[in-house]
Amino acid sequence: MARPTTDESSAPAQQPAAPAPTKIVLSAADVSRVVDRIAHQILEKTSGAADVVLLGIATRGVPIAHRLAERIRAFEGRDIPVGTLDITLYRDDLRSSSVRAVGRTEEPAGGVDGRKVVLVDDVLFSGRTIRAALDALSDLGRPAAVQLAVLVDRGHRQLPIRADYVGKNIPTALSEQVKVKLTEIDGADEVVLINAGKGDAR
Amino acid sequence: MTDILIKGARVLGGEPADLLLRDGRIAEVGTGLTAEGAEVVDATGLVALPGLVDLHTHLREPGREDAETVYTGSRAAALGGYTAVCAMANTSPVADTAGVVEQVYRLGQEAGLVDVQPIGAVTVGLAGERLAELGAMADSAARVRIFSDDGFCVADPRLMRRALEYVKAFDGVIAQHAEEPRLTQGAQMHEGDVSAKLGLTGWPAVAEESIIARDVLLAEHVGARLHVCHVSTAGSVDIIRAAKARGVRVTAEVTPHHLLLTHEKAESYDPVYKVNPPLRTNTDVQALREGLRDGTIDIVATDHAPHAAEDKECEWAHARPGMLGLETALPIVLDVLGEQWDLIAERMSRAPARIAGLDGHGNDLVAGAPANLTLIDPTTRWTVEPTGLASLSHNTPYAGMTVPGRIVATFLRGVPTVLDGKVQK
Amino acid sequence: MKHLLSTADLDAATAIEILDTAAEMASVSGREIKKLPTLRGRTVVNLFYEDSTRTRISFEAAAKRLSADVINFSAKGSSVEKGESLKDTAWTLQAMGADAVVIRHPASGAPHRLANWVTGSVLNAGDGTHEHPTQALLDAYTMRSRMGRLDGLHVAIVGDVLHSRVARSNVLLLNTLGAKVTLVGPPTLIPTDLNTSVQLNYDLDAVLPQADVVMMLRVQRERMTDSYFPSAREYSRRYGLDGARLRRMPSHAIVMHPGPMNRGMEITPEVADSPRSTIVEQVTNGVSVRMACLYLLLGGAR
Repeated sequence: MARPTTDESSAPAQQPAAPAPTKIVLSAADVSRVVDRIAHQILEKTSGAADVVLLGIATRGVPIAHRLAERIRAFEGRDIPVGTLDITLYRDDLRSSSVRAVGRTEEPAGGVDGRKVVLVDDVLFSGRTIRAALDALSDLGRPAAVQLAVLVDRGHRQLPIRADYVGKNIPTALSEQVKVKLTEIDGADEVVLINAGKGDAR
Repeated sequence: MTDILIKGARVLGGEPADLLLRDGRIAEVGTGLTAEGAEVVDATGLVALPGLVDLHTHLREPGREDAETVYTGSRAAALGGYTAVCAMANTSPVADTAGVVEQVYRLGQEAGLVDVQPIGAVTVGLAGERLAELGAMADSAARVRIFSDDGFCVADPRLMRRALEYVKAFDGVIAQHAEEPRLTQGAQMHEGDVSAKLGLTGWPAVAEESIIARDVLLAEHVGARLHVCHVSTAGSVDIIRAAKARGVRVTAEVTPHHLLLTHEKAESYDPVYKVNPPLRTNTDVQALREGLRDGTIDIVATDHAPHAAEDKECEWAHARPGMLGLETALPIVLDVLGEQWDLIAERMSRAPARIAGLDGHGNDLVAGAPANLTLIDPTTRWTVEPTGLASLSHNTPYAGMTVPGRIVATFLRGVPTVLDGKVQK
Repeated sequence: MKHLLSTADLDAATAIEILDTAAEMASVSGREIKKLPTLRGRTVVNLFYEDSTRTRISFEAAAKRLSADVINFSAKGSSVEKGESLKDTAWTLQAMGADAVVIRHPASGAPHRLANWVTGSVLNAGDGTHEHPTQALLDAYTMRSRMGRLDGLHVAIVGDVLHSRVARSNVLLLNTLGAKVTLVGPPTLIPTDLNTSVQLNYDLDAVLPQADVVMMLRVQRERMTDSYFPSAREYSRRYGLDGARLRRMPSHAIVMHPGPMNRGMEITPEVADSPRSTIVEQVTNGVSVRMACLYLLLGGAR
């Protein structure tokens, strides 16, 4: 049985063979500011986040969702339920790689029925992850509304999907790779653009 | 009939010599022989042995001509260096009457590649209930001297005693398939750690050993000859060794596969390794080799058992037991014993001919002897290809294995049945 | 993992991956919509040469919850009864485009043979007296969820070990996962030559006080006529699990049974229906574990 592959939904599938030129597009301080802003925007757009639950899309959407909840608590003193959504079993590209490990899905306290669900992910790219997340979400229950928050939107959408909250729009070439690093997983906060060279766009 | 002059053959692996074959006999043995008009066979580097004799062959005719016929089995035998084979009685109909044994005998004569000596059934229909007409088979044109229910054991001790006694009248011998049937109900492979792991019903060594122990005592009691088919366990070797020391008239055979392969082969669940008696442990293999070297086991017999594809390309439990053997026997024995040519000639030609009462076979290659011999290239190694064998069936357990020793030529009463490794009919 | 033929083929990491995946599948089974789109377009054939409604419907439910197409092929009333060989059946399934074949067969090793003849995955759903890997996996899953661990657990497997595919698969898997196994039963029903790291004890009462898990095996009454033991009464007196014996087990210990049970033979109703018995959970967990196996076999590139 194949070992689980790391799910880099934001990146082209192939890794460059040699270290590629990288550019820091968000520093640790930038990431912190961006999260603060999204938390404010959620509060603003949802009238104080009543009935809001945050659903982090595994893997890196999960710590971002928790940070947003923590910021909202700091700003408004309101506890927002946070859940985890693993979309592996809903992916439309399962047949393109060896079998992927299934991660945890945890419904937010109180469930999703009748709530405003904000899906949280690190990078918005083709939109296919979000499509899978919407399918997964509809199997969990029937939310009153669904919104999307992402740290980075790098363009190149393949589906009619847009984010409600965007930390930073980063224009990219298809051959480039956006890598979000978070302290909880990677030991530090940083968003970098990796120039993978030409020819590996999918 | 053209005379044949074999040049430079190493008889029993000795110094090169020439052999002149004339009128079915060896006319002359020496060096620098010449013969006007003789066909010359260059045997430089080849070893000459008396033609091999197989005491245990299943030719499947009559009944299962899709698996083997007397003709195709004879071809396989000649290619394996054999000049005589004893055809087992478990055909359909069973060779339990003079009519059936004479039919098989005649088919062998017509094929003309090896002498086919039929074995008669001990009991009617191999059912183990009443004696077949042993005397009628002995008196028939086939001159049957060996009787066996092979495939089944003559389990009833009283019946076995009677059979042993009865065939003394014409110097016959009972060749027993030693398997206590109550201990092997549903058995699929050797009972041991591998059968425990694979969930296949075990065939315990004691089922063979208990019958051999009983039979040597019966043979001793009635003063009869007993031959034990395909001995497969270390315990059986011990029992036979002790019986011989007591003077019991017992002979025993071992198959090439029991000298080489072990029960771990079943782990693939490929029924090409299913055989009866089953492949045993390495301890058994070593004891069988020792028994073969010291003479406790008299002969190597192939138990050549061709099976149609559908009887092997199936679940293990549904497959028929048995393996091809004729074309690979000498290479396997050569691999096991090394180039002990005199020992090989004893175990594969002289002793089996004696047990079977085949006077024309198993003779030393000296002037005046019947010209039954085979020439072997001991230096060539070859890879066994199931579809490359002459047998109609392909169930060889040695597929893909590289073995030493190639049969180059075989002569039956001075007529080449195999030349340059090719069968002549 | 191409096939699931024997638990001997699973290393610890793979076995744990199956159990972890099964845990996620279990949460799906707890939802209102018990359905995942994961194996849409995949075809799973249930090829059953033995009647086993329990196992077949468990595999069928598992495949359907993952949206696979399921074809049930039962030997009864099919081409098999007309004498079709396993190899010819394999070619038929191949021609129908089976991505996986779940096979239950009375002959040990039949799934291994089938794996030579089809390009899809083969799942052994019980072969003769050989193995039943998904049963062992669901047993391990049940033990882990009840006891919180497998490593160091003492598991007693009691009964007809000789003829039990459940016992074989469990011994191999539990060894891999670090549990200690003791086989208990009359000597006639224990293989003569055990080349594994298991303990052996003919005395059930000596084992019970030390066991964390007691797994009772089904004992077929026909073994009696083959003289494996003298009578059903004597068997249950020596090796049956009743209330008195249950009370001699440690208070945390659980009782398992792969089913179907012979109530009154190897287990009394009092024990079978007690809260310490996991028999119903085992059935529930079976679906999740089989979903995990199907996903891990069919969920990636072929």
